[in-house]
Amino acid sequence: MVPKDLLMKMFYYLRLTREAESRIERVLYRQGKIVGGVYVGRGQEAIGVGSAIQLRPDDVVAPSHRDMSVFLIRGIPLKQIMAQYMGRKTGVTGGKDGNMHMGDIRRHVIAFPSHMADTVPVAAGCALAFKRRGEDRVAVCYFGDGATSRADWHEGLNFAAVQRLPIVYICNNNQYAYSTPLWRQMAVPNVADRAINYGIPGEIVDGNDVLAVYEATARAVERARRGEGPTLLECKTFRMTGHSAHDDAFYVPKELFEEWAKKDPIARLSEYLTARGIATEAELRDVEARVLREVDEAIAWAEQSPYPDPEECLEGVYAPPA
Amino acid sequence: MPVLTYLEAIRQGLWEEMERDERVFLLGEDIGVYGGAFKVTEGFLERFGEERVIDTPISEAAIVGAAIGAALVGLRPVAEMQFIDFISIAFDQLTNFAAKCRYRWGAGVPIVVRGPCGGGVHGGPFHSQNVEAYFFHTPGLKIVEPATPYDAKGLIKAAIRDEDPVLYFEHKYLYRRIRGEVPEGDYIVPIGKADIKRLGRDVTILTYGWMLHKSLEAAEIVAQEGIEVEVVDLRTLLPLDDETILSSVAKTGRAVIVHEDTRTGGIAGEIAMRINERIFEYLEAPVVRVTAPDTPIPFSPPLEEFFLPQVEEIVQAVRWVANY
Ligand SMILES: Cc1ncc(C[n+]2csc(CCOP(=O)(O)OP(=O)(O)O)c2C)c(N)n1
Ligand SMILES: [Mg+2]
Repeated sequence: MVPKDLLMKMFYYLRLTREAESRIERVLYRQGKIVGGVYVGRGQEAIGVGSAIQLRPDDVVAPSHRDMSVFLIRGIPLKQIMAQYMGRKTGVTGGKDGNMHMGDIRRHVIAFPSHMADTVPVAAGCALAFKRRGEDRVAVCYFGDGATSRADWHEGLNFAAVQRLPIVYICNNNQYAYSTPLWRQMAVPNVADRAINYGIPGEIVDGNDVLAVYEATARAVERARRGEGPTLLECKTFRMTGHSAHDDAFYVPKELFEEWAKKDPIARLSEYLTARGIATEAELRDVEARVLREVDEAIAWAEQSPYPDPEECLEGVYAPPA
Repeated sequence: MPVLTYLEAIRQGLWEEMERDERVFLLGEDIGVYGGAFKVTEGFLERFGEERVIDTPISEAAIVGAAIGAALVGLRPVAEMQFIDFISIAFDQLTNFAAKCRYRWGAGVPIVVRGPCGGGVHGGPFHSQNVEAYFFHTPGLKIVEPATPYDAKGLIKAAIRDEDPVLYFEHKYLYRRIRGEVPEGDYIVPIGKADIKRLGRDVTILTYGWMLHKSLEAAEIVAQEGIEVEVVDLRTLLPLDDETILSSVAKTGRAVIVHEDTRTGGIAGEIAMRINERIFEYLEAPVVRVTAPDTPIPFSPPLEEFFLPQVEEIVQAVRWVANY
């Protein structure tokens, strides 16, 4: 049984992620306050929350572009994330990069380049270093279904498998890559089916059930820490938005949205909590109130933050002289 | 004559080539049902069908590799990179396979790889790059980058008809911002030919892409001061049109090279060297370049603006060589 405080923490992060991204996508972006594009993980929040919440602070995570919850769980302050989306100096990358293109090496969060699947071999390299130094740390690498079409993905998995590295690969299979449906992306029905090529376990998980993600990740992480090598988890889910804020997803059949709305991961957890008497409605409302307050504060802070000075463009290409 | 946007001109050129030649087909990510991330190929799937408008997996190496294969056996593929930044994934296929086939074993690879390049839209380090210099160094490739709707249409047609691999870079900032007259029906703009977009006798600006428009603005400003700038739009970056470049610079004796790409290893260095080697005695001033600094292209507006060459910088460079 997952203890109540952990369940409540999951609920908090699910709600925080949803609220933060909804504000970014549906309010701030429309108000013209966001710089550049916006990609959110609405409906997919359970994947990041259920997995990242159990990791140790010294484990490495390599989130992809729909894994806001992973950044939050790793302790990157929401206000700095908001500032990042607004191109401010106080943002996670100081304005050098935007939106979820961010990382924090002190918190062991690897920033992804846009190029899908580039992090897959890189995360394997982190795991290689852990193994070589005899540390029981793991790397957790996230990506979408479409990313698994890239050579770097296949090379990375094969490398990790051959070296039996302590790594967990987590796919959010939201059934689309931009406008491209899964069946045009791959000729196997499941991303997990790809694992057999590399001689590692591949497991299909209900990606809209935070507890299922939690448990599957726990098994894979234990395996990795025991030195038994990588696992590929395929979390089945659905992208409840367009690819980005400017995409109305005309190519997605409406029925699919309706069907998946019923499987909303947040509604599922709150039902679980109340139906079993683990938490009261009032307790959940308190979490909601806290989330709203925190998001409001973060946005206000970000909006008051300065933009970087133009000359900062020139800084940080190389290490400062010793 | 009809007035089209830069984007519409590319689309029209592609469309006419698809109609003209059965062998021409398109492949890329989200180009069919969605019509492309920037909608360049909107309507193509409906008109030409799935056999000729292929939505691919996210596999740039396979997109370009498959294009090469199809070209080797008689088709005319046009591959789209959703953003040109992703062409890095196909680097090996382009620089080792496509570029060296003819030289090694006499097999031509008539492919076009096209996609949106350039900054100005706060796309950040991976949706804004100019990648020409990576490929400029590779004999066997051709590189074009139109700046006007007329050239965009004429160059896409020339690229498709070319017997060798052509990289066709379209500047995303120009897509819907630049309009111009485009003849209906067939014409080509030859690869390897620069174009003088403004005549002048005092200073030559050599440029391409978005920077053509900034250079024309700069030329307008210094004209008020009596400096007559000749603006050469390179259009083709590989092979460079030495004749047009050198004759213009020999005439004016002063050259400013402007590119949006970063400085070190950018093509301005090569152009300056050719001027130096061939027409040094004609020069009245050192050759000067205006480029982006040697950093990745940053995301935040003030940083990106600092990074991108601005009209004022071009004006100052022109004044400097004019008064040297
Ligand atoms: C190598 C590469 N090609 C193209 C793109 C443009 N692009 C950005 S997201 C995306 C779709 C990604 O699909 P998927 O991996 O399923 O992730 P999702 O967005 O569905 O979470 C594409 C094609 C990219 N980022 N990287
Ligand atoms: Mg997907």
